[in-house]
Amino acid sequence: MNSDLIVFLVLSLVAISSALGMLFSRNAVYSALFLVLNFITVAVFYLLLGAPFIAMSQITVYAGAIMVLFLFVIMLLGAVNLAPGNSLPWQKPLAGLLSTILAVEAIYILFSRARSDAVITAPDASLNTMESLREMAMTLFSDYLLPFEVTSILLLVAMVGAIILTRREKGGQS
Amino acid sequence: MVPVDYYIALSAILFVLGTLGVLTRRNPLIIFMSIELMLNAANLAFVAFSSVYQTFNGQIFVFFVIAVAAAEVAVGLALIVEIFKSRRNINIDELNSLKG
Repeated sequence: MNSDLIVFLVLSLVAISSALGMLFSRNAVYSALFLVLNFITVAVFYLLLGAPFIAMSQITVYAGAIMVLFLFVIMLLGAVNLAPGNSLPWQKPLAGLLSTILAVEAIYILFSRARSDAVITAPDASLNTMESLREMAMTLFSDYLLPFEVTSILLLVAMVGAIILTRREKGGQS
Repeated sequence: MVPVDYYIALSAILFVLGTLGVLTRRNPLIIFMSIELMLNAANLAFVAFSSVYQTFNGQIFVFFVIAVAAAEVAVGLALIVEIFKSRRNINIDELNSLKG
């Protein structure tokens, strides 16, 4: 039992329990805060995996921007506690059964067929230099230049879409 | 020295929890959060493999996935706000017709 494994197990316990907390809390604001905890835990996993840039983007974009947007909308709509509607009675047991089947299948295939003996060693200080970041940027702006530009167009389209969807028409009801 | 299998198993568990959220919860905002959880689980698998193969390709893919998730959330939340303004209700079970 080495120290890396202990850190991994503790963090995965936090990640799984915060995901469960997000699923089962009645209050939507608590769900959002549990999800923030989950995102930060996953960012620490990225640091352990030697991806500091992705870890920082995860914290700024996911835990910062996206979750703040979620919290705004939850409080704007007053959707903190939705009244339980007339939901289908067999839906929850069926969903639990199907999810269990999916989990068992995934774990079975992973540990019986796709077993890999690769191990991940903890990153050393060489990763924490400008050289590593420069190497990643060179890959991003040479091999992946076209996807990068397409992403910028996608963000533009999303921005225009969000503005048009929430625009108040003149004289209209909304 | 953590086996990469452990990371992939954790990613699978988080993905299944996200699926469970999409299937059981009735609040569209929580369904959205569950979708974010599933995207995050996939990102974790990408970064784990990227770390095993000592290449940046997986990390760059995660970067694109984060950008797509941000765009998806902006448009999706705008849609939810708009539905709420016209229907005064965002319970998924009662939004079963496309006609506004």
